[in-house]
Amino acid sequence: MSTDTSNDLPGDVPSRRTGVQWPMLIGLTVVWVLLWGGLSVANVVSGLVVAVIVTLVFPLPPIVFGGRLRVRGLAVLIGRFVVELMVASVQVAGQALRLGRQPLNAVIEVDLRSHSDLYLTLTAELLSLVPGSLVVEVRRSTSTLFLHVLGVRNEADVEEARRRALLQEERVMRALASDEELAAYLSEGVGR
Amino acid sequence: MNWFDIVSAACLLAGCALSLIAAIGLIRFPDLLSRMHAGTKPQVLGLLFILVGVGLRLRDWSDVGMLLAVAMFQLMTAPVAAHMVGRAAYRRGAVRRDTLLVDELTPALEAENRD
Repeated sequence: MSTDTSNDLPGDVPSRRTGVQWPMLIGLTVVWVLLWGGLSVANVVSGLVVAVIVTLVFPLPPIVFGGRLRVRGLAVLIGRFVVELMVASVQVAGQALRLGRQPLNAVIEVDLRSHSDLYLTLTAELLSLVPGSLVVEVRRSTSTLFLHVLGVRNEADVEEARRRALLQEERVMRALASDEELAAYLSEGVGR
Repeated sequence: MNWFDIVSAACLLAGCALSLIAAIGLIRFPDLLSRMHAGTKPQVLGLLFILVGVGLRLRDWSDVGMLLAVAMFQLMTAPVAAHMVGRAAYRRGAVRRDTLLVDELTPALEAENRD
């Protein structure tokens, strides 16, 4: 039942059975209604029933979210993501079509500064969606990501990729973290 | 023929082009991990373009809801699938080291195995 891996701290994973998770139920119901393609009482009720069954049969640990949504930070996060998705898709496409020798790749270690499953997951998801970087390994205990980076020519490119990953994390923090989390996060960056 | 149709056609063509390039990249890239890039990335944007194009053609809320669900699940699952394949490949040694300029994971895994 445990998804824990050897490099994680034992007992660190929250329990899977913790009562009713309303955000989960609402999310599943919304998906159900979207899939049926119409808002009606019968759809919402049957969606809720299915959502309850799903959460009882496949319980997941609750997502600990202590932050708050910042509209400005969220707009920056989404806007930058769309731009990066476009730019990087063109770059990867160019590399796929390019004649001759393919450039080298790299596997780099990125030590994230936040220590939260949610921000770690979001950063990893966004980094994976943006072309040119792929998460091959995650260390939950130390918030470390290992990225496979496509098309590096020299050390400067490697450092640039590391910097871009940390900037992605910073945008996630600025969009979602609470004031205390953000302050702790920013002060941790001073020593680096 | 109105503006919706023109934008929709442009989106559909862009999506098709990106998906074709993803397929070409899948053949041309030298090893598994770089192929994962081609498989997950231009293809993600390509699919989003196609969904936008289809949505502009249909302009019906229940269909747009379905397209939104497709986009959401694609964005949520593609990185997870890519990560699982990449992780398994790396740990099984199915990685071509000669394509890597820097490799910081192999020493980390070796250190972990020693502990």
